[in-house]
Amino acid sequence: MKKLINTAESVVEDALNGMAAAHPSLRVRDRVVYRAEGPLPGKVGVVSGGGSGHEPLHAGFVGYGMLDAACPGEIFTSPVPDQIVEATQAVDGGAGVLHIVKNYTGDVLNFEMAAELVEDVEVASVLVDDDVAVQDSLYTAGRRGTGATLFVEKIAGALAEESAPLAEVAAVAREVDERSRSFGIALTSCTTPAAGKPMFDLPATDVELGIGIHGEPGRARVPMRPARELAVLAMEAIHADLPLRDDLLVMVNGMGGTPLMELYVVYAEVAAFARGKGARVTRSLVGNYVTSLDMQGFSVSVCRLDERLTRLWDAPVETPALRWGR
Amino acid sequence: MDASLCVAWFEEAARLVHRDRDRLTRLDAEIGDGDHGTNLDRGLTEVRKALAESPPGSPAEVLTIAGTTLIRRVGGASGPLYGSVFRQMGKALQSPVTLAAFSAAFEEGVVAVERLGKAALGDKTMVDALAPASRALALAVRDGVGVREAVEQAARAAAEGAEATIPMRARKGRASYLGERSVGHMDPGAASSALFMEALATVAREAA
Repeated sequence: MKKLINTAESVVEDALNGMAAAHPSLRVRDRVVYRAEGPLPGKVGVVSGGGSGHEPLHAGFVGYGMLDAACPGEIFTSPVPDQIVEATQAVDGGAGVLHIVKNYTGDVLNFEMAAELVEDVEVASVLVDDDVAVQDSLYTAGRRGTGATLFVEKIAGALAEESAPLAEVAAVAREVDERSRSFGIALTSCTTPAAGKPMFDLPATDVELGIGIHGEPGRARVPMRPARELAVLAMEAIHADLPLRDDLLVMVNGMGGTPLMELYVVYAEVAAFARGKGARVTRSLVGNYVTSLDMQGFSVSVCRLDERLTRLWDAPVETPALRWGR
Repeated sequence: MDASLCVAWFEEAARLVHRDRDRLTRLDAEIGDGDHGTNLDRGLTEVRKALAESPPGSPAEVLTIAGTTLIRRVGGASGPLYGSVFRQMGKALQSPVTLAAFSAAFEEGVVAVERLGKAALGDKTMVDALAPASRALALAVRDGVGVREAVEQAARAAAEGAEATIPMRARKGRASYLGERSVGHMDPGAASSALFMEALATVAREAA
């Protein structure tokens, strides 16, 4: 294993120090990443968090128009309640705090515990569960939160920036989750610094369909095929669950180890598929946003926009990983 | 059981988890996200530190410190889940700490984790090791079995329970996303639960 780390134990800490050094707009304290300007009176605080290894999610989305704080856990391990409590109390500007939680057992439990421990702050919580690869949800922990987390954070963050009340910010976050679906495909596994070897064996000739974002194996394994066919597999799965029509926001997201060029190859196929179903892709995003360390592969996330959601998506944002309009 | 025996339980559990860290992580990599051994090892190191910093006066206090530390400092699912077992045990444990009192508290701890994780027997989780262990303790109390023998039986029941998760299909946690593909692997949480019970049997044997 070759990785740009000092030690496996210090990698999260070292990366956070680097983020703080690179972005004066951020402040890092006790494993929480904050907007440097501190809590804004009358504005709902928006807090998210989860295991590290998905960068830029979540800390890269801290800033104007998106998150007020992010709580990074160890690699692929949810943050602890202490971090979440600290973040929640620190960003409250009197209007309450929204927790955006990806639907994984660990994240859900730790955010629940934190919400119980928080004092004198009104907390609302929204679960993101957009992954259509999880089918049989009666017999699972429910759908996973993946790429659409970015949509939820962006749009809820934009509404919070307009000083909307907590109930409205939470409602729009839920609405985005309900209108979004994702599907991921891995070409390789990923290697955590602590394990030092790939999480699962994936032969060079195969791809893994329906992966999550933690290097966990997916729903099925099939032989490698051209990008067009992989894109169609992902889009068919999404379309079967949420018929594609009207205006769409589409993200082709890299898992961390895939060249941008290949993501654009996939994007062309994804957009053609959506057009073929009679939908309009009115907003798009291509790049590495919700990653799985060094995994090669991609995920597609789709959100059915309306006028209001389009406006909130377009609203100014200024974070290390997402910035426009300001 | 006194406080020092209870501390010894966590010391021994920490030793076993550290020894089996890679095995637990490997089990987790097969059907989860491959961090169980590392996380629990880190968590129990924190527990040992917390217990050393403020030596507790009673077994209930040991359990409460261990549970709170695991909840607050480990993260993942295993932190809150194990944490709530021990915290609830600490809350429920009556003194003097007889086998019957311990068994009753243990049962409450298992109920707490079932509730928090919304898991039942057969879902391929730590409950599949803990619930049989709890039942074995209760039966031992009913039959008037000695402490050493009782925890031996509980440890055996937990180990068998962990083995029994191999053919199960996971319904909770990250392994549930695999559906049928989770079959054929031991649940890492059940495996670590069996280690906790093995640790208890070891300290009971050594104390006798």
